[in-house]
Amino acid sequence: MKNWLTRIGFFGLLIILWEVVARLEIWPGYIFPSFTSVLASMWYGFADGSYPLAILISLRRLAVGYGISLLLGITLGLFVGRIPIVQKTVGSVILGLQALPSVCWLPLALLWFGLSEKAIIFVVIMGAVLSISLSTADGIRNTPPLFLQAAKTMGAAGFQLYSRVILPAALPSIVSGMKLGWSFAWRSLMAGELLYYGGMASLGHLLTMGRELNDMAQVISVMLMIVLIGLLVDFLVFAPVEVRIRERWGLHTSR
Amino acid sequence: MPSLSARIAWETAAAVRAPPVPALFHTGEALKLSVQSLTKVFLHSHRESTPALRNISFDVKAGEFICLLGPSGCGKSTLLHLIAGLEKADSGRILVDNKEITGSGRDRVVIFQEPALFPWLNVMDNVSFGLDCAGVPKKDQSKKILEYLRLVGLSSFRKAYTHELSGGMKQRVALARALALEPDILLMDEPFAALDAQTRDMLHTEMQEIWQKTGTTILFVTHNVREAFVLGDRVLLLSARPGRLKKEFRCELPRPRHIEDFALVEAVREVLSDLREEVLAANKKDLDHEELAD
Repeated sequence: MKNWLTRIGFFGLLIILWEVVARLEIWPGYIFPSFTSVLASMWYGFADGSYPLAILISLRRLAVGYGISLLLGITLGLFVGRIPIVQKTVGSVILGLQALPSVCWLPLALLWFGLSEKAIIFVVIMGAVLSISLSTADGIRNTPPLFLQAAKTMGAAGFQLYSRVILPAALPSIVSGMKLGWSFAWRSLMAGELLYYGGMASLGHLLTMGRELNDMAQVISVMLMIVLIGLLVDFLVFAPVEVRIRERWGLHTSR
Repeated sequence: MPSLSARIAWETAAAVRAPPVPALFHTGEALKLSVQSLTKVFLHSHRESTPALRNISFDVKAGEFICLLGPSGCGKSTLLHLIAGLEKADSGRILVDNKEITGSGRDRVVIFQEPALFPWLNVMDNVSFGLDCAGVPKKDQSKKILEYLRLVGLSSFRKAYTHELSGGMKQRVALARALALEPDILLMDEPFAALDAQTRDMLHTEMQEIWQKTGTTILFVTHNVREAFVLGDRVLLLSARPGRLKKEFRCELPRPRHIEDFALVEAVREVLSDLREEVLAANKKDLDHEELAD
């Protein structure tokens, strides 16, 4: 509780400082807009429906791309984690590709898929799938041998070992991969949307528009929304799941 | 097998020595498990190898409670894993009901030193794990699950998750989980070694009761001499690495036995000196080995 008070106090002070500095008019509004003008911009955005629409467009892309990433990444991770030869070959490719910022896939995607929705979803997938598969593989490789032995001695074999032991045992690692993958997907999507319009007024596009119109208040209000959405998903989806899993698995809970 | 020649049987607390019992033939009683000339060598990198077990043979009758006793690192856990089918022997055979085993199976369930409960399942689902794998329909399971949870005194904890249980409770759940499969042979690998003394004493008593109720054949591995004699009908003493069967003791003290029973303590004293020799031998071997390595 005290932590929250400290945090709220800090942000309150920051906002007041921001507002005061802006009101001093050292810089023009298109360089340093006031907090209230950013709030106003956000208000108009919601009032005329352009923000909700943009959020919807971006989140839909994200849902599709992230969904595919989960499917691909967990499957891939399963193979990399279980089969040594796949780990040595495909695993090292995944590790290497992680060094590539996902937005670098955009030119390739545009050439492959043309100016279409597919291109941007491809970029989202490339952003998320690698970290998801790496974490999954990690969790699967680290399945306690004792669990496997216990399951085998109770008659589990073949597919049952995967569905009943290996995957559940890897769940904490898979979930942290999903969380990491989500934040990578979100970043990739924004980067992609900045570079590629695609005929839809997405969040990234609103940012570009703000720049083109010299409307710094809009730029900052969209940036704030991007941050808020990222935090909200983390706070409402991943944090509770993670805490629950860590507690049940008897791992150290850190909050 | 010269090591098998030495056999001692206890009849009373005073440890009266009886004439040697004939080795491999038990007339009239069903043979449950037969271990025949089992040898196991562990290979390490750069062509080094550790012999873990050498030429081990023994028979177990149906419903017997056998303790495998030996110093740390004598390969007694390995022996248990071989019988469980979790590892393969280099030579020798293991027969259950006169059929050679080929792998792990739910007729030979292991209870490990760590409870090895699945944290993603609650107590009840942990106990039903093996039954699920065997394809037993859920509606036919609940009676059996409750029966065995009651047997280990945990029926009121059936909805609890493993992180909410104490070490002793976890091991009880593991016991119920194994018993629910109604295995022919229960293989226990130092299951109480990590528990505090009070809990262990309680579980010794419970274990004897459960064994008498279920009639399961039990192979119990331990390095604790007293524990072996509290629980076992027969105690097989393994030598230091590589493990060989050194001696066999028969313990016929009345049950339920307790680790503090005077008769038991007296009986155990003699065995302890035997075991001490083994431990010394093992240490000496390790030291020689190190000197050679230098």
